[in-house]
Amino acid sequence: MFIINCPYCGDRDQTEFSCHGEAHIPRPTNTATMTDEEWGDYVFFRSNPKGYHRERWLHDHGCRRWFNALRHTVTDEFVATYKVQDPRPQIPGDGDQS
Amino acid sequence: MSQSQRLSQGGMIDRSKPISFAFDGRQYTGYQGDTLASALLANGVRLMGRSFKYHRPRGAIAAGSEEPNALVQLETGAYTEPNTRATCIELYDGLVAKSQNRWPSLEFDIGAVNSLVARFLPAGFYYKTFMWPASMWMTYEKFIRKAAGLGVSPVEDDPDVYHGTYAHCDVLVIGGGPAGISAATAAAGSGARVMLLDEGSEYGGALLGTSDNAAAKSYIDSALGALGQSENVRLLSRTTATGYYDYNYITALEKVTDHLGPGNGGDAPRQRFWKIRAKQVVIAAGSIERPLIFADNDRPGMMLANAVGVYINRYGVLPGNDVVVFTNNDSAYQVALDASAAGATVTVVDTRRNVSADLKSKLEQNNIRLFEGHAISSVQGGKGVESVRIMELSADGESLQGQAWEIVCTCVATSGGWTPSCHMFSQSGGKLKYEESIAGFIPDSSRAKNSCPNVSAGSCNGVFTTQECIAQGVEAGISAAGAAGRSGSVPSVDTFAVNEIPQGAIAPLWLVPTVHPVGEGKAKHFHDFQNDVTAADIHLAAREGFVSVEHLKRYTTTGMATDQGKTSNLNALAIMANIQGVSIPEVGTTTFRPPYTPLTLGAVGGQESRELFIQERKTPMHEHHVASGAVFEDVGDWKRPWYLPKEGEDMHAAVQRETLAVRESVGMLDASTLGKIDIQGKDAVKLLEMVYTNNWQKLAIGSCRYGLMLNEHGMIFDDGVTTRLGENHYHMTTTTGGAARVMNWLEEWLQTEWPEWEVYCTSVTEQWAVLAINGPKARDLLRDLTDIDVSKDAFPFMTMREGTVADVPARVYRISFTGELSYEINVPARYGKHLIEALTEAGKKYDLVPYGTETMHVLRAEKGFIIVGQDTDGTVTPHDMDMDWIVSKTKEEYLGNRAQARVDTRREKRPQLIGLLTEDPTVVLPEGAHIVAEVLDKPPMPTIGHVTSSYMSPNAGRSIALALLQDGINRKGETVSLSMMDGTVHKAKVTDTVFVDKEGVRVRG
Ligand SMILES: [Zn+2]
Repeated sequence: MFIINCPYCGDRDQTEFSCHGEAHIPRPTNTATMTDEEWGDYVFFRSNPKGYHRERWLHDHGCRRWFNALRHTVTDEFVATYKVQDPRPQIPGDGDQS
Repeated sequence: MSQSQRLSQGGMIDRSKPISFAFDGRQYTGYQGDTLASALLANGVRLMGRSFKYHRPRGAIAAGSEEPNALVQLETGAYTEPNTRATCIELYDGLVAKSQNRWPSLEFDIGAVNSLVARFLPAGFYYKTFMWPASMWMTYEKFIRKAAGLGVSPVEDDPDVYHGTYAHCDVLVIGGGPAGISAATAAAGSGARVMLLDEGSEYGGALLGTSDNAAAKSYIDSALGALGQSENVRLLSRTTATGYYDYNYITALEKVTDHLGPGNGGDAPRQRFWKIRAKQVVIAAGSIERPLIFADNDRPGMMLANAVGVYINRYGVLPGNDVVVFTNNDSAYQVALDASAAGATVTVVDTRRNVSADLKSKLEQNNIRLFEGHAISSVQGGKGVESVRIMELSADGESLQGQAWEIVCTCVATSGGWTPSCHMFSQSGGKLKYEESIAGFIPDSSRAKNSCPNVSAGSCNGVFTTQECIAQGVEAGISAAGAAGRSGSVPSVDTFAVNEIPQGAIAPLWLVPTVHPVGEGKAKHFHDFQNDVTAADIHLAAREGFVSVEHLKRYTTTGMATDQGKTSNLNALAIMANIQGVSIPEVGTTTFRPPYTPLTLGAVGGQESRELFIQERKTPMHEHHVASGAVFEDVGDWKRPWYLPKEGEDMHAAVQRETLAVRESVGMLDASTLGKIDIQGKDAVKLLEMVYTNNWQKLAIGSCRYGLMLNEHGMIFDDGVTTRLGENHYHMTTTTGGAARVMNWLEEWLQTEWPEWEVYCTSVTEQWAVLAINGPKARDLLRDLTDIDVSKDAFPFMTMREGTVADVPARVYRISFTGELSYEINVPARYGKHLIEALTEAGKKYDLVPYGTETMHVLRAEKGFIIVGQDTDGTVTPHDMDMDWIVSKTKEEYLGNRAQARVDTRREKRPQLIGLLTEDPTVVLPEGAHIVAEVLDKPPMPTIGHVTSSYMSPNAGRSIALALLQDGINRKGETVSLSMMDGTVHKAKVTDTVFVDKEGVRVRG
């Protein structure tokens, strides 16, 4: 059971939160011209890394704000939690920002 | 035979307090301070149960929570608890226990015939024999469960009370032996807030089982006394850490009043479940002795060597007058000395040939015989060991040789070495490493999980002398306190030494050879006593290719019993390693999982049981419904009136009456539970445009519109009516069950995708009490109570008006879920009760009838209005629902738009909503009934659809149904067949979905 640092509230117990999968997947703006494959990729396909993962969390039973987290899926360490509009924090040991 | 094995003196029992108890219907006496196991042993009772699979006679082999054999059914009736370990049950007056796995009696057991047919019950037996046909499993299972299985669950409600509680601390110390006590002392001295847990009734761990435990006790008492004085220390005895989870979240079970006996706890709960968040954890969980595995090593009287020492020294019980100590390491020599001092005739059989001169001379001084390089080759005695035969081991340890010697004995104290208890460390995510010098796994602190900062100390970390344990404890306590930010002056902690002989140079012998190869001959070599798994089973698993440790475990079930293989896992791994010719760490370990020891579900539930299990939601009108005799239905967490029977009416009669009344006069429904969301902001309409399929730009202020919500798969997930209250102000309604889901949906998109939009959503479900009045007399009734002009032209269908109703402020929405002239009157929640009372009174002259959700369902089905979640199931598009009319053809974008153009959502022959009229109008089809393409003699039959809603409709004068049918819209007019579970077949005509007032005149009346 994690302790998660809500960017608005601070450290709280995991029971107050829910995780909603990979972050930074914007809804396409050209849906009318997308192929079924492209659309399917947006709706269904997510990366599932063994390692660092940027993901969306909701502080359901708290401030009800959505935010992002950079978490390691094996060690469960939260490198950072950040607001939706904040720049992406760097992955430890990784030069680029992607 | 009164306490024949009780020593005349010694032990930590209180001989001034005799306690009487019953086991298998016989009365015995023990003393305060006994466990059930120690008291039975004191009375000469070695046979305590039968084994799981073969029903072999078994006795206690341990003195602690690792006990695999002595599981009893404790107490009777509502208080009964199965599978409790006799070694952990503190004796109390009037205790009643029964042995398990035997029928008709422990002494004579029919199931023991399993022993004779053991050849046919090898590992994987259940998988192989009962794999096919699956239908026969049902038959076999009954017999297997009866013949095997452990204890019996109570059938009555649990009369006990349980508590759950939370705690935070700087340093949590798991285990109150010498390492744990010194760690707690050091940490507390450094200024840390400390919790110290121990599963026993007394602190001290292994010290309590030593021959100088009196001196140890005063050492422990003084340490605990000092800890008890400290304000920042919480001591919890009888408390087992059951689980270790991420971020140092530890659960622990405190047995608060179990030791007093059922019903004697007073106001205290029976058990308390602790949920602890610790900055740092010191694991001082101790170690568990392993048995040596030899032929028929499960006979009652066979015990772990340390258990024999504990029974002698702590409980003043000599488990046998003639004791054979069988060992491959030095630690059991202390037990030989203790047993000899207690008056037993003792023989030591050591598999090693290099016993130290010091040990040899100690044995000589006490007239203890020693056989070096020998091993037990066979055991005589069925219900208890009577003698053992020993033979010389070959130099390579692979075979026995020479002459067999027979030694008469009633107790065999066996030690195969010590296994550090790494459960907590492993549960925390840490990895183990194999330590050759102790022949066991210990925590690899370099591979701990960073999010679970902990340090192991004492014998769970592979050091076995008391002084080493204390030293490691002190170090761990100081470092944990420091890591938690408490680095006060480092305290000095007293050390202490006891009579003990450390394990020394262990010579692993994982499987003692027999004259027959393993698996041949009658003898069995048990490693997992509780699940009756033998070395031969591991050989079989290896032959059949189940060599991976995870496969081995599941195939043989080794380590999968309630003791989780505390005494058996390492032996099983080692035997597999030998078979494969690899090292033990190459075989690996299985994962340790919570709980460490079994725990009651009652404790996990804590006080959140019965009426506190789930919060019930009640509307502001609830009291009125109760007074009206409503029968309630759970809708989500809400209690909603289901139907309101009059004297002598059953549900069917009440619903038929209510349904007719709505269309004849006027009905009244509490609709307060509908989800309600207040939406404001200049971009509010943009949000509606995105989340609904239809157009919202032109909705006039004061007007209402129905909307469907789709997810991005294009599937319907909610519906409701939204009203424009002002320029940038909307009132959205959702289904009762979908209220929270829709609120989350709106917030998610607004916060993550369109954060720049100015829209604010507020849940107002509980702020409004809502009463829907429907029927031809609804307008007359409302007119009597309101200042709103309710004339047809002034207040048309799908509009909202504000004013007062029954003298309280109200918003009245002229919308309808029944197809009747309807008004949904919303008043602030505090006026809900007033509103329904005023309407009830005013409604008398209009024959106003209150109705419930069942009638609502019938009324809406008569009109073909869908219920999301009943007529839809998450795979249904608006087109499938024949609702193309609500999907905008002009909007560029909305959620779920693109998905409707996918190949699959556009394909032909998708299931579509249609009406069904049975040929026999009295037949009400069961919901879920399948429409079949062709009727066959028996299932399976090709299915082409299913019934989603079905009722007897008094207004249609017959049964009606809604169904999803492949290509349904094109099949209207056809007749289809529905096959029932009992084999009957109904025919029904495919129709449209509106059964009453097809032109929709009434709603606009
Ligand atoms: Zn928050």
